[in-house]
Amino acid sequence: MIEVENLDVVFGHGAQRVHAVRDVTFSVPRGESFGLVGESGSGKSTVLRALAGLIRNAAGVMRVDGDTLGRRRSRRFRKRVQMVFQDPYGSLHPRHTVDQILSEPARIHRFDGIEARVVRWLEEVGLDASFRFRYPHQISGGQRQRVAVARALIIEPDVVLLDEPTSALDVSVQAEVLNLLTRLKREHGLTYVLVSHDFAVVSHMCDRLSVMQHGAVLETLSVQRLRANAPEHPYTRQLLMASRGYDRSAVDSLEDDF
Amino acid sequence: MDDGPLLTIEDLRVRYRTPKGVVDAVRGVSFTLGRERLGIVGESGSGKTQTGRAILGLIPRNGEVRARRMAFRDVDLLNASERTMRRIRGDHISMVMQDPKYSLNPVITVGKQIEEAFLVHTRAGRREARERTLEMLAAVRIRNPERVYRAWPHEMSGGMGQRIMIAMMMIPNPEVIIADEPTSALDVTVRMQVLAILDDMVGERGMGLMMISHDLNLVASFCDRVIIMYGGQIMETLDARDLGRSSHGYTRGLMRCLPGIDRDAETLPVLQRDPAWLAEQGPGRD
Repeated sequence: MIEVENLDVVFGHGAQRVHAVRDVTFSVPRGESFGLVGESGSGKSTVLRALAGLIRNAAGVMRVDGDTLGRRRSRRFRKRVQMVFQDPYGSLHPRHTVDQILSEPARIHRFDGIEARVVRWLEEVGLDASFRFRYPHQISGGQRQRVAVARALIIEPDVVLLDEPTSALDVSVQAEVLNLLTRLKREHGLTYVLVSHDFAVVSHMCDRLSVMQHGAVLETLSVQRLRANAPEHPYTRQLLMASRGYDRSAVDSLEDDF
Repeated sequence: MDDGPLLTIEDLRVRYRTPKGVVDAVRGVSFTLGRERLGIVGESGSGKTQTGRAILGLIPRNGEVRARRMAFRDVDLLNASERTMRRIRGDHISMVMQDPKYSLNPVITVGKQIEEAFLVHTRAGRREARERTLEMLAAVRIRNPERVYRAWPHEMSGGMGQRIMIAMMMIPNPEVIIADEPTSALDVTVRMQVLAILDDMVGERGMGLMMISHDLNLVASFCDRVIIMYGGQIMETLDARDLGRSSHGYTRGLMRCLPGIDRDAETLPVLQRDPAWLAEQGPGRD
């Protein structure tokens, strides 16, 4: 469904030059959930943004369902690939009602029966029609993220790009949103690419994952191998250990750099 | 050094008067802190941060703090003058905040900021302050203290910034540290290193640490004792190692809804909130 080959992204020039993504290659079959994991600055979000067409100067080949993506994304691409951002406070227009937020993409993609569609998708994400005429600041963080999910799915895409979709939420709300994403994927046969710093979230949601550091993919492995504590790269093993909780005796073995 | 509690809090209440009405942020919280690592865990709006700030007298003017008793050793924090509170803060109780980006002064070099914290609380001269600052930077495992001493806050990474904050808070040698989400803004590897620094310092100096956090796993693995807060009240207080065996519905619900690396389940059990958790418990509970 998704193929990324030799993706390279460089920002800035001269002394300001940052090689954000280095020769990243991965592919995601239809119906799979694929995770990109790494610490801040590892390039994981940049890969996702490049795929979404939000970065102009990305070099390399990206394909969705066999179609090679050009510099500008077509309407057809936007119809098939949608994105959910990390911060539900920043990603919804503050002066648009939930109804406007959800109707707009449906109108752009020329769907009929928009009102019924908005109500149906509010229900799909566990909200009801009473939310239609509220503004983002009148609903909670978890409800906003549900609206963001509905906005992405209302045009019935095949692929959803998820950029840290629950990291701004409390754990109880995170569980609700993760369950929602799992259910929608099953019911609509979606393909997910999920970016996260959290091994627990990725191993809950994904089938396979790539671990990134300094812009490059260190290794790609299945969640089973992760659970079996069998990553090949020492950096992955270190991240995994640190993610399992505080252990004073283990801290001295942490390496600052590989 | 006596063995009595460092902090005694009885029936603490924090109330805000806002244009939209009265908000009870903390509703009758009681606990003591000894020479231990005490975790205060809760979701947003549980009152955990307000509890920490009330102890240091850092509640804004539209907030009202009441308590039957709130004391550092024998010093009454509730009726202390601003002068007494200034001596208590830093000298006896220090606070480490979440994000060093916003807590360090951007126009003063790192060294001068740490020195200032030392000079305010001692009669030492500049030379001694500088020596102690360099020692402190080395103690938080900064490899090149001389270079960091001269650096500006914006030149520091998140992990370095948090080490600098810890150095600044530790240099007056307080007996109590209140750390509010000290590692939430950090990557996991750096988080573990910063926690180890706090852990070692608390252990070596026999301090009391109050660690405010939303992260159950972290608190369970780092602290000795844990207080679980919800809706401004304490749901339960228990040994960190017993967290997994809690019988309280809220604690169990929180633990269960966490995704785990080793857990293979399609759906996560969602927390069912019991209205009884919000009912006023009344004073005198621990």
